[in-house]
Amino acid sequence: MTKVTMTVNGRAVSGEVEGRTLLSAFLREGLGLTGTHVGCDTSQCGACVVHVDGKAVKSCTVFASDVAGASVTTIEGMANPDGTLGRVQQAFQDHHGLQCGFCTPGMVMSTAALLAENPKPTEADVRHYLEGNICRCTGYHNIVKAVLAASGQDVSGVAAE
Amino acid sequence: MYEFDFEKPATVAEAVAALGREDAMALGGGQTLIPSMKQRLAAPSALVSLTGIAEMRGVCTGDDAALCVGGATTHAAVAAEAAGRYPALAALAGNIGDPAVRNRGTIGGSLANNDPAADYPAAVLGSGATIVTNNRSIAADDFFEGLFTTALEPGEIIVEVRFPIPERAAYAKFQQPASRFALTGVFVAKTANGVRVAVTGASESGVFRWGEAEAALSADFSADAIAGLSVPADGMVSDLHGTPAYRANLVKVMTQRAVSAA
Ligand SMILES: Cc1cc2nc3c(=O)[nH]c(=O)nc-3n(C[C@H](O)[C@H](O)[C@H](O)COP(=O)(O)OP(=O)(O)OC[C@H]3O[C@@H](n4cnc5c(N)ncnc54)[C@H](O)[C@@H]3O)c2cc1C
Ligand code: FES
Ligand code: FES
Repeated sequence: MTKVTMTVNGRAVSGEVEGRTLLSAFLREGLGLTGTHVGCDTSQCGACVVHVDGKAVKSCTVFASDVAGASVTTIEGMANPDGTLGRVQQAFQDHHGLQCGFCTPGMVMSTAALLAENPKPTEADVRHYLEGNICRCTGYHNIVKAVLAASGQDVSGVAAE
Repeated sequence: MYEFDFEKPATVAEAVAALGREDAMALGGGQTLIPSMKQRLAAPSALVSLTGIAEMRGVCTGDDAALCVGGATTHAAVAAEAAGRYPALAALAGNIGDPAVRNRGTIGGSLANNDPAADYPAAVLGSGATIVTNNRSIAADDFFEGLFTTALEPGEIIVEVRFPIPERAAYAKFQQPASRFALTGVFVAKTANGVRVAVTGASESGVFRWGEAEAALSADFSADAIAGLSVPADGMVSDLHGTPAYRANLVKVMTQRAVSAA
């Protein structure tokens, strides 16, 4: 076991990890941040996406030791400081961008990364960027609508299919 | 996944020393190796992360004739940093997997792995690039040795890849929509010395050059120039996504699309 230290949602944290401890396990089991979901554990579904130094990564496919010292943001860090839903989260609620909610933490984290890179994405940009996030419930249309709404674009003409 | 010792050296020399241990393996972005370790297809005693080696990251800008990419440079960094100098390479990198895979996966890891459906091998072979390791330079034509097999010796690290910049180039990928790997992908590059055509995803023996098309395109760089050619279905991959004949046809169609886009 070795000690790792990193910043998670603005807070300095540390814990004992094995070499093989995945970032997803360190967050969920080590820090109790169970908002990061593990859907497939095989790098396919994107439910576990978090930001490492501002970039979206699949936390089930990164070792905690390899990101020691980094700044990590999880879904728990996406709410406003007063505890109300953040802009992306609120858009998902307003536009029914979720049903069971299992994929949602990863969808929100990928969306936030997209909007940081591309503040006014087109529908095609959104669909391309979210290719690595799989949702078994919604059929994606309302997720795309929520992302466009979160970017401040008018979605009244986008059909809910 | 079995436990291992984790090391994160800061220099190539330290990484080479650490890889001298028995059953030690290099860790690039982990996007292939970590899933393989979960399945116990790989069980190294030690992992040597290359992500902390500053000299192996980034795209160089100094040299006009060539673009060099550090072996631990992520796909996302190549997509962003090579766009001005070598747009065909940047576009290829920007279409690997998904954003999260591109933020971790590296060019060195992709080439060392040599998956028969990976994208980078087509760019490296199609460009006639040079793979620079910790102790030698290997021409692309000598690097790829078949499915998941390369000229790398155990413990050898890809430090840099040097791409000569062609006059015109493009990559056309017919994507397998679930995995986003190439069902067939063709990289075409036109240089002063002729045209190179490299095909990934199609052949049972991994990435290869299509010599007949290269000759025809060197004489006339147009999609029509290869209209009369065909690729034998022998040795093409057969799986649930396509028959050998389907893939053989895709090789020609993707080559024509790449030529038109270049
Ligand atoms: C969901 C998903 C989709 C993907 N889609 C695509 C796709 O469309 N196209 C595509 O081409 N790829 C795709 N990939 C693979 C991806 O590009 C990987 O990043 C790549 O194959 C391996 O790079 P890595 O840096 O992650 O290497 P790792 O997984 O860390 O390592 C792979 C192998 O290379 C060795 N290695 C790593 N770096 C070096 C180095 N510098 N020198 C020598 N040896 C080294 C390791 O020891 C290991 O054997 C996908 C992966 C995932 C998970
Ligand atoms: S749990 Fe990480 S990609 Fe599915
Ligand atoms: S809302 Fe259920 S998986 Fe996406």
